[in-house]
Amino acid sequence: MEALFYNVNTGFLEGIVRGYKAGLLTQGQYSNLTQCDTIEDFRTQLSSTDYGNFLANESLPIATSTIAERATQLLVDQFNYLKSNAVEPLNKFLEYVSYSYMIDNVILLITGTVHERDTHELLERCHPLGVFETLPALCVATNVEELYHTALVETPLAPYFRECLSANDLDDLNIEIIRNTLYKAYLEDFYSLCQEIGGPTFEIMSKVLSFEADRRTINITINSFGTDLTKEQRAKLFPTIGRLYPDGNNSLARADDVEQVRLACDYIPEYRSFFDTSSAAAAAQNSNRAGGGGGTESTSNLLGEFSFGGEQAQSIGELEDRFFVQEVHLNKQAFLQQFNYAVFYSYLRLKEQEIRTLTWIAECIAQNARDRIQDFITIF
Amino acid sequence: MSGTGARENIFPTRMALTNTKLRLKGAQTGHSLLAKKRDALTTRFRAILRKVDEAKRKMGRVMQLASISLAEVTYATGDISYLVQEQAKSASFKVKAKQENVSGVVLPAFEVDRVPGSDFNLTGLGRGGQQVLRSKEVYAKAVETLVELASLQTAFTILDEVIRATNRRVNAIEHVVIPRLENTIKYITSELDEMDREEFFRLKKVQGKKKRDADAAEAARRAAAEADSDVENIEIGGGGGDLLDSKDEDVIF
Repeated sequence: MEALFYNVNTGFLEGIVRGYKAGLLTQGQYSNLTQCDTIEDFRTQLSSTDYGNFLANESLPIATSTIAERATQLLVDQFNYLKSNAVEPLNKFLEYVSYSYMIDNVILLITGTVHERDTHELLERCHPLGVFETLPALCVATNVEELYHTALVETPLAPYFRECLSANDLDDLNIEIIRNTLYKAYLEDFYSLCQEIGGPTFEIMSKVLSFEADRRTINITINSFGTDLTKEQRAKLFPTIGRLYPDGNNSLARADDVEQVRLACDYIPEYRSFFDTSSAAAAAQNSNRAGGGGGTESTSNLLGEFSFGGEQAQSIGELEDRFFVQEVHLNKQAFLQQFNYAVFYSYLRLKEQEIRTLTWIAECIAQNARDRIQDFITIF
Repeated sequence: MSGTGARENIFPTRMALTNTKLRLKGAQTGHSLLAKKRDALTTRFRAILRKVDEAKRKMGRVMQLASISLAEVTYATGDISYLVQEQAKSASFKVKAKQENVSGVVLPAFEVDRVPGSDFNLTGLGRGGQQVLRSKEVYAKAVETLVELASLQTAFTILDEVIRATNRRVNAIEHVVIPRLENTIKYITSELDEMDREEFFRLKKVQGKKKRDADAAEAARRAAAEADSDVENIEIGGGGGDLLDSKDEDVIF
């Protein structure tokens, strides 16, 4: 049924987004970029792609952060164009997409406020996708309750904040907990929105959001080992969606080491391979990392003195990469179906991944680390 | 006379000679001690030089690794610099300075003191926390290398300075102080010899004069003795005169 009116409302924007998607860099373009010797070459190579002359006005030693900034600006412009042309319910959907950036901005401002920093400096650092009108007002707050009542109650994030009002003072542990609580509430809310929209949108978004939720759950578990985050606190940060919920979440909440995390994820076939540390699986997963082997080996040799254990760090580093691979894979699937809103979300994610990759390549060129330059995830 | 080289302005006496000889001996002892010190320092200096070279190469590699790990963090989590800046409260990496004594030279040595701090270890909780942790470790390692390099470099500079000073002293003693003292000794010896000879000559002269005087006196005495014997002869020849013969005008009665 929704397909009937989809093109009336959203056909134009879908066309636009699919056009944008066609402009994502391909394997061939990436391999051209990795051949560059200098950032100057890099810029020249990029100017023949959809990026065009986006770096033309930069003075010559171009910092990698500038490249990331400019590329993000392009993405933001595209997104804003889509958003301003969207009608209900796509409009709402796109709003929801930008909420995650809002959360990051709010957290950034809270952190700055706690340490009494200059507001303007903070506002410059905010992600442009997550800027909203009352954002500068956040700086006046000194505790969560005040923050909620003065500034946040007006924003769409207000319902999420209700969950963490129990945290009384804003010390750093709490800020990180607030961030993750917000994100959990956001994911759940987004999930229910997609459920409301239904149809193919929900079909795809449920997969993507489930994966996102599971990824957060696993990451929070692994990253909280050895910190003063209690298991109860940890369990509260797990989103209640995703394929690991509720069974896996429960066992993850009790996990003490990576091995237990692996066991908890074992019953989901896709996730099982993430923890497969055997070299064959790694090679299959990251066929494009072949060049990176030598570099990482010498890294762990040099850092061998750490009690940290190079082996474990390495496998966890790969875990993160595999998450990215899986994310890209899921988001690519969105484009296989028509008449859904998930393409907008997926495009944003893929573009973000592309910006990360560009930054990585630029960084490798700038630091002359040729052996690591292949360690990225190609989209197409 | 050995007045060709520089010498101390000193009155050439035996006392001064003894003193100067003592000083020469002191200077020679000092010279050998300083030379030993210089050799010890130079050995140390060379060792440090090798270590500095190694450390610098290592630093290059470690710094590159560190910046790559930061790039990894950026790849995984985005820009976290602000959060980290704000949440770092207590220094978990401290540098302690202590002193080391190398043949009388005090070299500062820096030591790393790491306190496992729990600042910002929740950063990237949702994403990329492991990379953050790893980057933290790698950077700590890099700073460790820097500290090591710093203490080597400081030692290098100080040792360099000290070796120069020691070298200057050794050379000064060898080429200035010792020759001067030697010259002084030679001068004093020669002066003393000269004085000896003069004395000897004077004695000789005095002796000669004395002899001449003695001779003259002898001759006079002898002449007098001869004259005496003549008078006796005459008197004996003239026969004893009668005291009463000669009239004395003083005798009034």
